[in-house]
Amino acid sequence: MSGQTRLTTGARAAATHTLHIDWTACDGRGLCTELLAGLLDRDEWGYPRALGYGSDVPVSAAEEEAAWDAVALCPRQALSLRAAPRG
Amino acid sequence: MSTPTLTAATRAVTDPPAPAGTRRLFAAGAPDLAHHAATFGPLPHPDSAALVDEVQAAGLAGRGGAAFPAWRKIASAQKRAGTRDRVVVIGNGAEGEPMSAKDATLLQRAPHLVIDGLLLAGAAVGATELYLYTGAAALASVRAATLERSDARGIVLREAPDSFISGEASAVIHSIEKGRAIPRDHVVRLTTSGLRGRPTLLHNVETLAHLALVARYGADWFRSVGSREEPGTRLFTVRAPDGLRVIEAAGGVSIAEAVSLAGVDPRGFSAVLVGGYHGGWVRSEHLGRPLTREALQEFGAAPGAGILMGLPVGSCGLTAAAQIARYLASQSARQCGPCVNGLPELASVLTRLASGRRDPGLPAEVRRLAGIVTGRGSCHHPDGTARFVLSTLTAFADDVEAHLAGHCLGGAA
Ligand code: SF4
Ligand code: SF4
Repeated sequence: MSGQTRLTTGARAAATHTLHIDWTACDGRGLCTELLAGLLDRDEWGYPRALGYGSDVPVSAAEEEAAWDAVALCPRQALSLRAAPRG
Repeated sequence: MSTPTLTAATRAVTDPPAPAGTRRLFAAGAPDLAHHAATFGPLPHPDSAALVDEVQAAGLAGRGGAAFPAWRKIASAQKRAGTRDRVVVIGNGAEGEPMSAKDATLLQRAPHLVIDGLLLAGAAVGATELYLYTGAAALASVRAATLERSDARGIVLREAPDSFISGEASAVIHSIEKGRAIPRDHVVRLTTSGLRGRPTLLHNVETLAHLALVARYGADWFRSVGSREEPGTRLFTVRAPDGLRVIEAAGGVSIAEAVSLAGVDPRGFSAVLVGGYHGGWVRSEHLGRPLTREALQEFGAAPGAGILMGLPVGSCGLTAAAQIARYLASQSARQCGPCVNGLPELASVLTRLASGRRDPGLPAEVRRLAGIVTGRGSCHHPDGTARFVLSTLTAFADDVEAHLAGHCLGGAA
């Protein structure tokens, strides 16, 4: 199927949301990594990276507001945030 | 609930008997409609729910590489049938892997079976649009086949470009919509939203051909060949000195058996790359392993789309792998930063190792880059490439050591 490899299992327990990165849009200038410094790192080319995660990064309640800001301010509209599935 | 009545309800006593043995998909012996009809009889018209039950009981898994249960996709597309958005069905025969020829061969030798499967899948989900997507050569044979029968006139044929990722699900949709076979970012399943936002059922063409047989002969017949984990037959592409050979074999045969069935001596190989360029290497001492997901897991390999590429004894595995890694890097759709930047770098570090650069940090650098690209693209290309490269370091660990010490184990290299 078309599903992506989800590296988002386990770890970061208190996630309420998932931040999705659309790599086809992201230009790697790193605005989001400044807004979400505790969550996202930059790889050697500048693209956002959360250690151990791929295109879907779990976001905790405390980080949610900053994550919404990142979604709104990303110049390429490469970010989207959705509620993490409960369970 | 199981439906033992499916075959009884759809087959007449005058229909030809079900194919025996492992020659199933190619049983007709010729691609024309007359041979097809004489071998398999008419297209059945099973009840939709009964067909899904039968496919589930058969244990038919997708043959495009991901091995997703075929019935599940049909069932989830069925749930959307009857809603405002009519379901679209696409037969995927793109086969971008350079080491794969089984889909094109199937479409050239048994196009009517694939057409049957496409029509059956379409009927099962109430589809109004059917597409068949494949490379130029195979498309010509499908076109000829559709002209031989009146029920296939509505199938839209679309040519797949010759690129590694042209068969990736979202690339298929993108290609049919906009003529660009590059993947797209996607967060929902295709059966929810695919072609032009409509629920879309995408099956590999070999999966569709098996579906056409299960609809005729039922799950018990399907399972009468193959193993518990790999029921039925499957197509394999085996690399021979003179090119690629396609065989049909029982599911779960060993790597060595499949290679032998293609007329190639497995003893001539020091390792076999199983599952294609996104697959994993299996060393000669393990070629007795059955081609099942379980048995191949530890090598990072899976039967996938049935690709078996042997490495001749005396060739350097690192050199062969570096060449493949460079090819894979060149096939990035150049959309996603980590893939665009990471794959060429990964390939170049592996190339340095292969060419005998005595830098002990190289293997760790390969692992680090593989970790960085994994999961960070809009399609599986970086993940598959990383898996392949990591499998290379594991399978050819002694070659790595030799290269770092300044020599090469590949005598012929
Ligand atoms: S702000 Fe947007 S475009 Fe910039 S690095 Fe982050 S996701 Fe990419
Ligand atoms: S991950 Fe690579 S191959 Fe896949 S869509 Fe992105 S750039 Fe293209």
